[in-house]
Amino acid sequence: MNGLHLDNIAITAGGVPLVALSAHIPPGETLTVMGPSGVGKSTLLAGVMGTLPAGFALGGRLRLNGRELTGLPPEDRRLGILFQDELLFPHLSVGGNLAFALPARLRGRARRARIEDALDRIGLSGFATRDPATLSGGQKARVALMRMLLADPQALLLDEPFSRLDTALRARIRALVFGLAADRGLPVLLVTHDGEDVPPGGRVVQLGG
Amino acid sequence: MQLLRAAPALTLLILLGPVAAGLMGTLAPAFGVLPALGGTTPGLAPLRTLLAWPGLTEAVGLSISTGIAATILSLGVVTLFTAGWYGTRPMRWLTRLLAPLLAIPHAAAAFGLAFLVAPSGWLARVFSPWATGWDRPPDLLIVQDPLGLTMIAGLVVKEIPFLMLMTLAALPQAHPEKRLTIARALGHGRVSGWLKAVFPAVYTQIRLPVYAVLAYSLTVVDVAIILGPNTPPPLAVQVVRWMSDPDLSMRFPASAGAMLQLVLVLGALGLWRLGEHMIARLARPWAEAGPQHLPMRGAGLALAALGAGTVLAGLGVLGLWSVAGFWPFPDALPRSTEMAGWVRHGAALGTAAWETLRIATAATGAALGMALACLEAEHRFGLTPGTRSLWVLYLPLLIPQVAFLPGLQTLALITGAPEGGMVVLGHLVFVLPYVFLTLAAPWRAWDTRHATVAAALGAGPWRVFWTVRLPMLASPVLTAGAVGLAVSVGQYLPTLLIGGGRIQTLTTEAVALASGGDRRVIGVTALAQTALAVGGFALALAIPRLMWRNRRGLRGGR
Amino acid sequence: MRLTFLIAALFALPLRADPDPTDWTAVLEDARGQTVYWHAWGGATATNDFIRWVAQQVDDRFGVRLTHVKLADTADAVSRVIAEKNAGKTDGGAVDLIWINGANFAAMKENGLLYGPWAEDLPNRRYVDITDRATTHDFTVPTEGYESPWAKAQVVFYHDTARLPAPPVSMPALLNWARQTPGRFTYPQPPDFLGTTFLKQALYELTPDPAALQSAAGENYDTATAPLWAFLDDLTPHLWRQGRAYPQTGPRQLQLMADGEIDLAISFSPGEASTAIASGQLPDTVRTFVLERGTIGNASFVAIPFNASAKAGAMVVADFLLSPMAQAHAQDPVVLGYGTVLALDKLPAPDRARFTALELGIATLPPEALGPTLPEPHPSWTTRIEQDWARRFGG
Repeated sequence: MNGLHLDNIAITAGGVPLVALSAHIPPGETLTVMGPSGVGKSTLLAGVMGTLPAGFALGGRLRLNGRELTGLPPEDRRLGILFQDELLFPHLSVGGNLAFALPARLRGRARRARIEDALDRIGLSGFATRDPATLSGGQKARVALMRMLLADPQALLLDEPFSRLDTALRARIRALVFGLAADRGLPVLLVTHDGEDVPPGGRVVQLGG
Repeated sequence: MQLLRAAPALTLLILLGPVAAGLMGTLAPAFGVLPALGGTTPGLAPLRTLLAWPGLTEAVGLSISTGIAATILSLGVVTLFTAGWYGTRPMRWLTRLLAPLLAIPHAAAAFGLAFLVAPSGWLARVFSPWATGWDRPPDLLIVQDPLGLTMIAGLVVKEIPFLMLMTLAALPQAHPEKRLTIARALGHGRVSGWLKAVFPAVYTQIRLPVYAVLAYSLTVVDVAIILGPNTPPPLAVQVVRWMSDPDLSMRFPASAGAMLQLVLVLGALGLWRLGEHMIARLARPWAEAGPQHLPMRGAGLALAALGAGTVLAGLGVLGLWSVAGFWPFPDALPRSTEMAGWVRHGAALGTAAWETLRIATAATGAALGMALACLEAEHRFGLTPGTRSLWVLYLPLLIPQVAFLPGLQTLALITGAPEGGMVVLGHLVFVLPYVFLTLAAPWRAWDTRHATVAAALGAGPWRVFWTVRLPMLASPVLTAGAVGLAVSVGQYLPTLLIGGGRIQTLTTEAVALASGGDRRVIGVTALAQTALAVGGFALALAIPRLMWRNRRGLRGGR
Repeated sequence: MRLTFLIAALFALPLRADPDPTDWTAVLEDARGQTVYWHAWGGATATNDFIRWVAQQVDDRFGVRLTHVKLADTADAVSRVIAEKNAGKTDGGAVDLIWINGANFAAMKENGLLYGPWAEDLPNRRYVDITDRATTHDFTVPTEGYESPWAKAQVVFYHDTARLPAPPVSMPALLNWARQTPGRFTYPQPPDFLGTTFLKQALYELTPDPAALQSAAGENYDTATAPLWAFLDDLTPHLWRQGRAYPQTGPRQLQLMADGEIDLAISFSPGEASTAIASGQLPDTVRTFVLERGTIGNASFVAIPFNASAKAGAMVVADFLLSPMAQAHAQDPVVLGYGTVLALDKLPAPDRARFTALELGIATLPPEALGPTLPEPHPSWTTRIEQDWARRFGG
């Protein structure tokens, strides 16, 4: 069974239930989880990612393309994640940020070529040595997206990734993200409070009030 | 991994012994128990002797008033200055001056200030006799004034740079540019916008350092002896006097005084916390009252410049004294200069400098390692009770050293470990709290979503630690290291008492030489001590600036 | 059975026997190669240089390595010995020799922190002027061989002739002068030992029966000290800063003199003014004087803690300090300007010549001009007047 399975996921904090969800997201499809702020949308993503803070517990099972995720450390889950902020590493150059996602076995010239190629594809050729803090909002969003894809994830987790962008940019980036996910056949779990973010034909789950 | 999980417990274990021994060594004599001096039965006699001291009320009052005033003033100046001048050229100038300002030892800065403002001091000399008509120094009580105003000034000028450094390390995590832009877009003036939008985020990070400043100002001895009132002195000075009284039975009330001092510091910290709540409550309506302009930008710059100028001028006159021949009042400059002081003491100080550096590097390295391990353990395994209980480590800062050390020394003697190692451990007891309080808040303020992103890119926890978190927090880590180094370099009593005189550092030499009161010697030793500590601060300030010269996102106030 | 054997074996272990100073050859043999840590105040360049010279000499002559542990306060060395006793460290202590006198000695002796008796068996002891009570009694406490004298000191005053040509030579005259010239005199704040010495000096001159000061203060205390408090009540408003602040130590008092803040200062070292002029600290118009009815004199000693590591080496150093060579070197005003504790008439002629050949410093009084020496009062007086002073003037 391919795709991302959330089997009876239930997150509790100190024994108190916070979020519960059961869903299957097939490859290339997007499940949008909606709800007002504070309802535990981000906690749900942290649960899937495996980065719940101490005191929180996750019940149920997570499976990705038949692989058991529950109990795996976050770095072994092969999940890509995008937040509202781009969270580019400020101490690395644009190229360094991309290189962070590449496997260590890719070295020297091949590694540099891969980075140049990635920059090409997001229209930022020659930006490898730039300070990420000097990029515009749209450029940063594209670098963050490309960095995520270079790690070759098998599913995407999106935490209100478009809410900081202005309207014109927002549509472009949204199309880019969903287009790439569909091309690669990645299941996407999106949390947002904004109905506009829901891709056409995507399923929506409402959380809380 | 297992080791890291145990880091808080291990740190506590390593330091609990020394801290407990130090506390016991204070507590037991405070209740009359000190077998070496014939005290075997517990009782309240030391406390009674303490309470019978006629100067007690005044001494306690002085400690509290000078300590709290110094803390409020230094925090106020730093906040006002940062608010008015963040990201401007004056701020960059002051940042460049920080290293020497921080490196000069408190006692040396106090000597410098005393010589600047005393009636026979340098300022009086510059204006005498042509402007003042004085050919003899006037009989004015400026230094050692009964209210402790000069002492407060001496503390403030040294605490401003410390809090400034802490603020600089905290700023990148407070995102001042964004917040300030929003506040100003809403029509706020620069200062009021900063106070309302940025200061709360900065203050949460520098809260512990501010507490340290408060505790330090309440327990300070050397500055108080030089600048403070002495009839009676603040409590901490009286504890030292009793402790060094030839009448050994005075060590009992001295210990009782030290316990009272601990209570006093805890009380003052409680009072401060109360103040925080009240200000937070009172300030909310003000913060919500809408755009305002506070015309205090000039005052912030003037006060910060005055503080920095005082310390530098003090260092300057000490430098002048170090080469001065005969220099009577009212000459503004010495009549002749000579290198005798440097020739006589230079070589000995140079040799001792290496020993000092070795000890300081070992103690600071250990402290940084422990602090990082504890904080990383807290991040990875959640806030374990282990890290919470680390507050115990701050106790050594709250008790006058002279009362705390005998117990520590006894422990060192009982274990029979080699002196060098025990001296490093003794330093660690005082270095670790400073490293921890300098580092903890910026470390915790780091946005952990960076770790999530890195993990999603396939990075394990150690790779995240080494390649993301540590580099991003290089500035606070280096700052903590520099503070630790300076604290270690400045330790006199722990080195002397635990080392038994076998370990001679620049500071043991310098303090002993300077006890003779010759300004030439004080000048030489002060410059030598400053030179040793300045390197650490200069590196802590310069390395991030060099490393991140093309990384705007990491440059905080610079 | 086994346990008894073990205990017996423990006691049979060759505990290092303490050196016996009557067998000096054995002491010298023992001392060779030892390192002696001498804990001594490090605030005076002249003393530091003298100790460095002593280290050179004892290394050359006896193979003893002497390290000067410079202290800011003698109490720090006392603290160390107390901590060692607390920790049960009865040998291998860190302090081998302490420069000590007065109350510190009394306290250490009373608390069993000193090794001895040894000092009266040193070979050079035979030259010591034991007719002088200052060498056998430390603040009236008999030394009983627990410390060995090495220098003599006497209270002197110094004044700047450029500002005060004719200094007051009695306490009433001092008061009179202070009334006319307010704010130009002060003394280090008791319990600083020099400040306390000023109080004792005034007490000697003003009390109805000075001889009573030699025994413990009892019921006579109030009568004996009443004139002192009356004198201080009169004097204090005319002191520097009206007595609202005092210099904390002798060196800081000297600094006030150097800055021209005060005209007159007390010192416990007849050579101090000359040394300070030579080092550029005081103007060369400063001169020394004594009070007409005599001033307090005492001696500096060295003592060995009960658990010292290098007792033999420490004894060798103490003995060297008593040698005519070291004594003459210490008395040289260019070096230290300390008075000798030796009786010159006991010395062989060549050694005596070392002393007569010395040239005194510009501001140093010749020994005959130092006037009568008053012995230190019994320590009980010191303790009580310090406490009373603090209550009345010190807050």
